[in-house]
Amino acid sequence: MRRYFGRKLLIYGLTFFMAVTVNWLVPRLMPGDPVASMLARARVAQPEAQEALRVYYNNLFGFDLPWWQQYLNSWGSLFRGDFGISLWAFPTPVADLLTRAVPYSLALLVPSILLSWVVGNRLGALAARRKVLDNTVLPVSYVLTATPYLWLAALMAWGFGVVWGIFPVAGGYSFSMTPSFTWDFFVDLFWHWLLPFSSLFLVALGGWAIGMRNVIIYELESDYANYMSALGAPQKLIRRYAFRNAVLPQITGLALQLGVLVAGALVTEIVFSYPGLGSLILAAIQNKDFFLLQGAFLFIVLGVLIANFIIDVVYVIVDPRTRVGMVGAAA
Amino acid sequence: MKTEALYFAVRNTKLLVGAGIILVLLGIGVIGPFFIEKPPTEYVGMQMQPPGAEYWLGTNTFGQDLWAQFVHGLRTTFLVGALGGGIAAVIGMVVGFLAGYKGGWIDEILNMLTNIVLVLPTLAVLFILNAYIGVRSAGMQALFIGLTQWPWAARSIRAQTFSLRGRDFVDLARLSGVGSGRIIAREIAPNMSSYLLLTFILLFGGSILIASSLDFIGLGPTDAVSLGLMLQQAHQWSAMHLGLWWWFVPPGAGITLIVGALYVANVGLDEVFNPKLREL
Repeated sequence: MRRYFGRKLLIYGLTFFMAVTVNWLVPRLMPGDPVASMLARARVAQPEAQEALRVYYNNLFGFDLPWWQQYLNSWGSLFRGDFGISLWAFPTPVADLLTRAVPYSLALLVPSILLSWVVGNRLGALAARRKVLDNTVLPVSYVLTATPYLWLAALMAWGFGVVWGIFPVAGGYSFSMTPSFTWDFFVDLFWHWLLPFSSLFLVALGGWAIGMRNVIIYELESDYANYMSALGAPQKLIRRYAFRNAVLPQITGLALQLGVLVAGALVTEIVFSYPGLGSLILAAIQNKDFFLLQGAFLFIVLGVLIANFIIDVVYVIVDPRTRVGMVGAAA
Repeated sequence: MKTEALYFAVRNTKLLVGAGIILVLLGIGVIGPFFIEKPPTEYVGMQMQPPGAEYWLGTNTFGQDLWAQFVHGLRTTFLVGALGGGIAAVIGMVVGFLAGYKGGWIDEILNMLTNIVLVLPTLAVLFILNAYIGVRSAGMQALFIGLTQWPWAARSIRAQTFSLRGRDFVDLARLSGVGSGRIIAREIAPNMSSYLLLTFILLFGGSILIASSLDFIGLGPTDAVSLGLMLQQAHQWSAMHLGLWWWFVPPGAGITLIVGALYVANVGLDEVFNPKLREL
């Protein structure tokens, strides 16, 4: 088990190291003076902000220092939680903007990932080797999994929000409200959350159902399933065992899908103007706010790595083989 | 072997339906632009016209012909999918074959690299690359997508190669002094050709989906029209709120159809190649 976690942590450490390095390197690959060109391309509202930012960022990049010192300094500021100052929302620090947006993104991501995984797996397991269910669940799942996240989000926003007017289509809460710990506010928050959540949930659902169905069919053909049915075990029991075995590859699949799910959440947020990381990234791209973009990049990488690690821990709990020392699933 | 595959291929409804949809859309994308004289971004007519006889998919708030955009968009979308999926498949194959066949420290290093790129969230990497370096053409976009999408393909190809490496015919080839490259190309790859085809199809579909997300956050090509860019413009100019459904429904439906058809055709092909899955 120590070997398993050691290997995983090494990979995550290297990944983070690579992400930070790319983040440091890419602006320096731009021709000319990156600070000047970034500020020139950015849309900074106040003229006095331009000068302040130029001084600040020249300092931060420290071009008079040797490159290795610049590199080490970037790690230093990272550990201090200093991501620089946003050009778009001057003079708000990037870290503040990001920490304000992250709760909204997590509120969308975590429930939609977990629920779609659980419901999708159940659906897929039910559909496997049952003609009628299979012929309905499978095609629907294929359509869902082929749907771009942003399109389903747009369709739902248009249908439920504009045509039928049931749900609000923009923002994390009504503009007339101020965030507070009141019942009304929470209802409002929930109402704004429901549509983006549902569209994320639905697209993700299809993939899990397909995956589970295929694994279950494979498991039902395995020796232990045949043996059990030869012994006269009830079909229900065999299916339960098959399900428990089939969950393992689905957990690995969850780790592999994280990047796609995060990407889906980002574009869904943009469709609903939901105040999470996605909308922030859109604003950063539209206003050429590279510092905000870089901060968001590191936040997302870090988040995905943490989620990966949590999945690894869950895997060890679920699969006893990894505990004994055999490395279950490909490491 | 080949005739057997063909026999099952023409009898597999999933494959036929999937391939049919793809061929029709591909045909529209390839041939369609030749029948539209004006460039897709030209202001041709009345603004916000619903679909009708003159403008099949209506016009947007600028009076641009959406059918012309759709047709050109299909072309770009197929191009990005094929190129991005192709690049990813090639990298995945090179890495997978090398790691699986060579083993040892080459495997260790390549495996480490694969795992690192695998956990990096693709879209986040792409938006940082695109924003700085700037993607101004569909080909560039496809290249970036290909460079980030290969890891899972490499991983599964490595596993397959690993299981083939110990077979007798590979040992025999090695004993007779054939080089590694030749063994991979002549002995190993042909034995998993169907698998490689399926991998490419999945990468193709995945590239289209990623490209549409990139287009949507404003990092699409600037010299072309794509289905994702149509969605981005529709969103930017509030098509949903104005009720211009013909602006955002067709491009999204186009992407869903292409990707869905690819997936279904993939399942069909799998059944054709894998006797265990046949339902005859």
